[in-house]
Amino acid sequence: MYLIVAGGGKVGANVASSLLAMGHEVTLVEQRRDRFEALEEKFGPIALHGDATEVHVLERAGINRPPDIVFAVTGDDEDNLVIAQIAKEGYGVPKAIARVNDPRNQQHFDLLGITQTVCATSGILGLVEHEVPQHGLVRLLELRQEGLEVVEMQIAGNSPAAGKRVAGLSLPEDVRLVSVTRNGVGEIAVGQTVIRPGDRVIAILKPGLEDSLRRALVG
Amino acid sequence: MNAVVIGCGRVGSAVAQQLADEGWQVTAVDESEEALARLGAGWKGGFVVGHAMESEILVRAGIESADAAVVATSGDNTNIVVGQVIQKRYGITCVVVRVLDPRRAEFYAKRGLRTVCPTQTAISYLLDAVRACDIPSPPSSEPVQA
Repeated sequence: MYLIVAGGGKVGANVASSLLAMGHEVTLVEQRRDRFEALEEKFGPIALHGDATEVHVLERAGINRPPDIVFAVTGDDEDNLVIAQIAKEGYGVPKAIARVNDPRNQQHFDLLGITQTVCATSGILGLVEHEVPQHGLVRLLELRQEGLEVVEMQIAGNSPAAGKRVAGLSLPEDVRLVSVTRNGVGEIAVGQTVIRPGDRVIAILKPGLEDSLRRALVG
Repeated sequence: MNAVVIGCGRVGSAVAQQLADEGWQVTAVDESEEALARLGAGWKGGFVVGHAMESEILVRAGIESADAAVVATSGDNTNIVVGQVIQKRYGITCVVVRVLDPRRAEFYAKRGLRTVCPTQTAISYLLDAVRACDIPSPPSSEPVQA
């Protein structure tokens, strides 16, 4: 595949290295002269100096071919959004993956049609939630395009689900239990699976149903 | 009528003042508190300190009841993103966005954003000025044979 990586900081340089190791053709665009020089030394002629939000720079990077994927991974959210929009809407690039630096900007990416995003801070916040659970429900994965999410809950002794079979639970529609983990061993949840106190249960659901799922399982 | 002017530099502050003079209720937004000084001592409009990428700042500036918005910060991409957000999230049709890069201005203009490109304007004016020069014709001479 042909791929353009816009932004040659730690994220962009590592993404480019991985893609090259996978055998793909890559152009890596970096705006800052000092960073570009270091990248050129490491990557050779696939490094390109310029502002990837400028159309003529993207054109030199081969946006007209077009690439299979553009990774907009600079440290600036507005830049990433503009790069992704120009790639997708101006040049018919089938896929643009944008980095969200400030999670509060996620809503702008969603609103402006850049649905494939990665946010390291949100990921870390998710881990914090996972390690320091407060509300009994941890969001493990968000499948934005599919409109689904995967969550995990810890069952307590007084939870409504404790001691019940999966088939006997009154779960909201658009919720499925995926697995039950007991003493570190996970099993696929089926109708006969009995949920015990201390179990960690993973479920897939439509966003918005977290509270009713929590009430049904954890209480 | 209400207007929100985002970016209160030389351009934004002048636009804000002019609109206020024409009877608009204007609120200016800038990251720097010092930008307020650009609006002059008699500024009667609103002023909000903050970054317009933050919805809370836009709301505090009264974006929900605005009839028009002018986006003229020093960053093209910030202006492009903020302009689209104002257009799409708050449904304001009169959103005018300054974009210095002519290619980006053209790209987003085609997609329904009202962009204003001072660079393109300067290019046109400079070309017109050159064309309007009265240049004495060179003394006629026989064409040199190659």
